[in-house]
Amino acid sequence: MSLPIDVTREVLIREEGVSDERYGKPPPKRSVEELLDAGIINLDKPPGPTSHEVVAWVKRILNLDRAGHAGTLDSPN
Amino acid sequence: MSAGKEYVCVMRVHGDFDLDELRRVVREFTGPIYQRPPLRSAVKRVVRVRRVYYIKILEVSGRDVLMRVGVEAGTYIRKLCHDIGEVLGCGAHMQELRRTRVGPFREDETLVTLQDVLDAYKIWTELGDDKYIRKVILPVEVGVSHLPKVIIKDSAVDAICHGASLAVTGILRVETGIKVTDLVALFTQKGELVALGEATMRSEEMVSSRRGIAVKVTRVIMRPGTYPPVWRIRKSR
Repeated sequence: MSLPIDVTREVLIREEGVSDERYGKPPPKRSVEELLDAGIINLDKPPGPTSHEVVAWVKRILNLDRAGHAGTLDSPN
Repeated sequence: MSAGKEYVCVMRVHGDFDLDELRRVVREFTGPIYQRPPLRSAVKRVVRVRRVYYIKILEVSGRDVLMRVGVEAGTYIRKLCHDIGEVLGCGAHMQELRRTRVGPFREDETLVTLQDVLDAYKIWTELGDDKYIRKVILPVEVGVSHLPKVIIKDSAVDAICHGASLAVTGILRVETGIKVTDLVALFTQKGELVALGEATMRSEEMVSSRRGIAVKVTRVIMRPGTYPPVWRIRKSR
């Protein structure tokens, strides 16, 4: 039971490269503040409140200026 | 989101049915199907084709059928249940629905409740322990883990952050299977998401072409200035 996006991909190399350690950082090394600035929550939305309402709660809980969601489940009955 | 979705649903059949007959009907509904969006829907109500990747009957209890369904974005499960009922002869409707997957997001250890979010935030702000908040808030990269990756040079990063297209000369590595117009994710060598874009070449061409634009950037994620602006130095001279 798989979706089309479950394909395994190989990597083709065009050129070898080295990254300058002075700039950027691997995602696991980000601070919590950085995660709050641009991060994702895989949230188990409770039935009842709308996605919009739940986003507003998350925004308040985490003290955020901006938050959004991707994907509303079905239309209301 | 254009990625595929998976649901678990309860379909209530409006009459007695034979399980083998149901299995046969369900098989008919896998692959491309025609669907007209329901009356209460967010899109134009014209018949369109949607792909059903799999339907698995998990459990049958009387006239209730528990199913796991994998579909293309834009497929209405309520409609699917109704249409299965029509073909079955006695009618059916969707009784319950839960989405179990959207692209890279699944019901796994990353799935958290509102209470988990609140607890983790309090533990971080009041006790200074970031262990839980780190499990709750995932790096943006997780959200594009299903997209084919293009790894770019440090020297190409800042130009991309300013919206420039990606030339093949800025590419280090490319994942296979990219076709023209595919959505791809541009990454640094450190594994940071820089931007999303539309491929203007296939994977093989991105590696073998001597010149040309490989990806048209559509959405920048990384803040400009994270990497040095190599491209500007040349311009100001």
